[in-house]
Amino acid sequence: MELLVASGIGVLTAAGLYLVLRLRTFPVILGTSLLTYAVNVFLFASGRLVVGAPPILGDAARYTDPLPQALVLTAIVISFGMTAVVVMIALGAFLHADDDRVDDPAPEDAP
Amino acid sequence: MSHWSVVPIVLPAFLASFIILAARHHVAIQRVVSVGGTAVLLLLSVALAWEASDGTVTLYRLGDWAAPFGIVLVADRLSTLMLVLTCALALPVLLYAVGSGWDARGKHFHALFQFQLMGILGAFLTGDLFNLFVFFEVLLIASYGLMIHAGGTARLRAGTQYVLYNLLGSTLFLFAMGALYAETGTLNMADLAGRVALIGPEGTAGIRVAAVLLLLVFAVKAALVPLHFWLPSSYAEAPAPVAALFAIMTKVGAYSIIRVFTLIFPPGLEATAGLHGAWLLPLALVSVAVGMVGVLAARRLDRLVAFAVIGSMGMVMTAISLFTAAGISAALYYVVHSTLAAGALFLVVDLVAGGRGQDDTAADVVPRAGATRTAALFFAAAIAMVGLPPLSGFIGKLLILDAAFGRPGAVWVWAVVLGTSLVAMVGFARAGSAVFWRGRAVRAADVPADPGAPVEAEAPAADPRPAPPALGFAAVGMLVALLVLHTAFAGPITAYADAVSRQLLTPTRYVATVLETPGRLWDPAAARVPTEGDR
Repeated sequence: MELLVASGIGVLTAAGLYLVLRLRTFPVILGTSLLTYAVNVFLFASGRLVVGAPPILGDAARYTDPLPQALVLTAIVISFGMTAVVVMIALGAFLHADDDRVDDPAPEDAP
Repeated sequence: MSHWSVVPIVLPAFLASFIILAARHHVAIQRVVSVGGTAVLLLLSVALAWEASDGTVTLYRLGDWAAPFGIVLVADRLSTLMLVLTCALALPVLLYAVGSGWDARGKHFHALFQFQLMGILGAFLTGDLFNLFVFFEVLLIASYGLMIHAGGTARLRAGTQYVLYNLLGSTLFLFAMGALYAETGTLNMADLAGRVALIGPEGTAGIRVAAVLLLLVFAVKAALVPLHFWLPSSYAEAPAPVAALFAIMTKVGAYSIIRVFTLIFPPGLEATAGLHGAWLLPLALVSVAVGMVGVLAARRLDRLVAFAVIGSMGMVMTAISLFTAAGISAALYYVVHSTLAAGALFLVVDLVAGGRGQDDTAADVVPRAGATRTAALFFAAAIAMVGLPPLSGFIGKLLILDAAFGRPGAVWVWAVVLGTSLVAMVGFARAGSAVFWRGRAVRAADVPADPGAPVEAEAPAADPRPAPPALGFAAVGMLVALLVLHTAFAGPITAYADAVSRQLLTPTRYVATVLETPGRLWDPAAARVPTEGDR
C-alpha cells in the first residue's frame, strides 16, 4: 500500500508541475489543484498508513494518528478557497486583457 | 493567564467583520474604526514589547490546551518587536490611504487591511508551525484582495501571477510540514526543537529534506533570488498603500527563517550542517546584487522601489545567514530600517504619480505645486534606502559589515555590500534627478504624449486626483520621522536587537515556557495523560 500511495503522490505532483509550467491560466489552475491533491494525500500519509483502526487515542490497542486528518481538513478548506479566488482573479484578468498568459505579456516600458 | 497576547489577532478580526457587516457602505465609519483599531493595536503591541523586553516569554494557550497538543501563541522579544514594527508601519500607511482616497476606490479596503494585519500579527505570534501556515494563508488571502483593489488590467494580470506563485509556495509549505511531521510527530516549534535535536546521524535524510523545503518556502516569501520573480510586478502594480504594507510581508519570510533556523534547526545541528552558511549566504549576496542592478535598470519609479526591496531583503538575508549573535542583531536592525524605508518610498512614488496625474515613466515629468515637499521626502527615503549617512541604512550596513568581519566569505560580503551601495546610489540619483530636476524646465502643456509609453485602457488621468493631500504628506512624514528616530536611537535599538538575538540563540527559556506550562491536558481528573512515549 505504501508503494501505491507514494506513486500516487508522485504521479499527481508530476502532472501538476507539468500543467503549472504551461503558463496559461486554465492549465496552471488545474495544475495547482492537482498539486494540492498530492499534498493532501502526502499530509494524510505523514501520520503512517494504518488500515481499519479508529483515529481516537483511547483504550483500543491500535489507532491511527488523528492529527494528520485535522491538518488535511484545514489544508483542503484553504486550498479550496484559494482555488476559487485564483479562478475569479484569472477570469477577471482574461476578460480585461483578452489573453490568458500567466507571465508578463511584453517587455514593459521600452525606452 | 493574561489574555492580552491574543488581542492583536482577535481585534482586527472583529473590526474587519464589523466593517463588512455593518459599515460596508459608509467610508467614514470604516475609516474611524480602521484607524482607531490600528492605533489601539500599536499601543497594545508596544505594551506587549515592554512586557517582553526583560526576557519574559509570555505564553497563551488557545482553548487552554497544553503545548505540544494544543496551539499556543508565544510573545517573546522577537515576536513583539515585529508586532511593534508592523503596527508602526500600518498606521501611517492607513492614514495615507485615507488621505489620498485610495480606500474609497473599492468597498472592502479597510476590511481586507484589517484581515491582513490579523494574518501578519498572527504569523509573528504563533508558536506552532501549522498555525503559521494558516496565518500565512490568512494574510495572503487578504493580500490578494488588496493587490487587485481598484482593479485594472495590469493589476489583475499581476494579481494572477502573485496568487499562483503563492499558491505554489503554500503547497510547498504543506509538503515541508508533512515531511517534518512524519519525522518527528509534532508541529509545535518548541517541541520540534527538542525532538529534532534527538534524531541521530542515521535518520537525518528526512529532516534535511524538511529543512530545505521550509527554507525554500520562506525564501519565496522573502523574495530571495532565484525565487523573487513574483515581487517586481506585484509590488509595482499594487496600489501604493498596499505596496507599502507589503513591505512588512517580505519580512514575515525573514522572521520565519530567523525563528525556524535558530529554534528548530540551530546552526550547530548535525542534521542540517552546511545548510546555513553554504547555501544561504551566496544566494543572499546574489539577491543584493540583482536588486541593486534592478534599481539601476528600472525605468519606472515603482519598479525601482520594488527592486530596492529585493536588494534590501538580500541584505537582511546576508546578515541572517551568518547565524551569529552579531549577524542576527544586525539583521533585525536592518529589518526595521528597510521596512520603514520601503514603505515610505512606495508612498512617495504615489505622491509623485498623483502630483503628475499621468503615469510614472521618468520621461514625462510635470512637477506641480508641492513637488518640493515630495522631492524632499523622496530624497530622505532614498538616502535611507541606499544606505548613505546619516540615516539608518548606513548604520544597518555598518552593522552587517561588522558582523561579517573575520567570518568565512567576509571578503564577498564586503565587496557586494559596498559595490551595490554605489550602484543603488547611482540608480536612485538618476531617477530622482530625472523626476524632480529635469522636469522643472517643462511645462505641462509642452509635454507631448509619449509614443513609446504603453497605452492603458484606464489611465490614471481618467480620475484626476486633487492636489497632493496634506494627510498623505503627514503620513509619509511620519514614516520618515520614524526612520530618523531609528537612526537617532541606534544605540538603544541595537542593544535591544542584541538582547533579541541572545534570546534566540539560547532558546531554553522559550522551550521551557512553552512545554512546561500546564494546561487542560494535565488536569489530574483527565482519564489518561498522553506522554512522550505514545508516539
